[in-house]
Amino acid sequence: MKAMLLAFALTVVIAVGAFYSLQEIGFSAEDQTSGADVRLDE
Amino acid sequence: MARTLIAPVFGLILSVLLGTAMLAQDTPEVDRTATGGAQTLEDIMARQRGEPIDDAFRSGTTGDPDSAAGMANQLGTLGGSSDPDLWRAFRYGSADITTQARGPAANVLVQDGGMWWLTFREGPLNRYGAYLLGGTLVLLALFFLIRGRIRIDGEKTGQTITRFKPIERFAHWLMAGSFILLAITGLVSLFGRKVMIPLFGHESFSVLAIGSKWVHNNVSWAFMLGLTMVFFMWVLHNIPSRTDLKWIAQGGGIFKKGVHPPAGKFNAGQKLIFWAVILLGASISLTGLSLLFPFELPMFAKTFDVLNSTGLPQLLGFGELSTVLAPHQEMQYAQLWHAMVSLALMAIIFAHIYIGSVGMEGAYDAMGSGEVEEQWAREHHSLWVDSVKEKQTQAPANGTPAE
Repeated sequence: MKAMLLAFALTVVIAVGAFYSLQEIGFSAEDQTSGADVRLDE
Repeated sequence: MARTLIAPVFGLILSVLLGTAMLAQDTPEVDRTATGGAQTLEDIMARQRGEPIDDAFRSGTTGDPDSAAGMANQLGTLGGSSDPDLWRAFRYGSADITTQARGPAANVLVQDGGMWWLTFREGPLNRYGAYLLGGTLVLLALFFLIRGRIRIDGEKTGQTITRFKPIERFAHWLMAGSFILLAITGLVSLFGRKVMIPLFGHESFSVLAIGSKWVHNNVSWAFMLGLTMVFFMWVLHNIPSRTDLKWIAQGGGIFKKGVHPPAGKFNAGQKLIFWAVILLGASISLTGLSLLFPFELPMFAKTFDVLNSTGLPQLLGFGELSTVLAPHQEMQYAQLWHAMVSLALMAIIFAHIYIGSVGMEGAYDAMGSGEVEEQWAREHHSLWVDSVKEKQTQAPANGTPAE
């Protein structure tokens, strides 16, 4: 049971981590589909 | 490497399933002199009937700047290409397009695979997907009504035996938990428009769809990690052996009370589940990555190329599969294949969940606590129990005595 709960907890951690990591390294749809001249952060 | 091995196999199945759209276009010659080479009423009618049309007479008519009238002459201002010529070049992807947009596939202005993809996705894919999942559930319910719960036949010993270590259970649940989330959110994405919008309305479904997309995209990594862990931990136990044939010959003992064919750590049924999960899971992961990073990981043109070289599509009457795919077509194939394989895996997993929970007494303990009743183990995995017992008797002899 402990292994199962730990696995579910890690699933949540991985999901949140993946979301922020991909944003951080510029893999959002906005980043991918715009050139350097587009000011996404404004 | 995995892609090279898996892609052709699944690509072939894909080609069979999607075959009608990729049929070799053996169309009769049509006399178009009456329209000066442009499409005829016959062409339009054939297209409306859904018949394949050799549209080379249109796709090639994209203007001829070299033999154009001079700029100063009459009719020369467009440089030899009329607007329809230009639009045809866009439509057939032959125009030389430069754009300031830097996104992937930004220079594809028109691609015509979209309607076929949409009608297939909303038609046969949804319909047969629902039949498959619903049919599997009905069959399992019938099996439960007829066979009932498979009980432990012999007398329980009260002794348990460790079936799965914590790390094995952890990997299983990492994969299983994420798969269930992915399956639910995937079904929301696939059937949402047809089933859920009429039920909940656009506003509510919008929230659900955005949430589903987030979960689906981000939980996928946990599934891939679990899948990899499970593969390396259990692959050696899942290599087919002669014992499996006996197990299959006796139907695994699941259809008749008191029948218990011998099996190792995993019986033939579990091995089938294992390889289905690994192969289908890998294929789902690859197409999922392709969808997660749009246009970055195209794999179908290459797969079709490999398939063509085997001669199988030609043998099955599909002719040469197209190896020149627009970036969007790659994504469309990836989406369809991702959904089809996922639906197949869901049906298999329904059966797995059934037999691991309500379908068989004592089965859940293997993944719950990891400790199973010895009598259960003897009935379902007799060879494995023997090997565990043998190791236990050997262990003290080889072990270092306590001081």
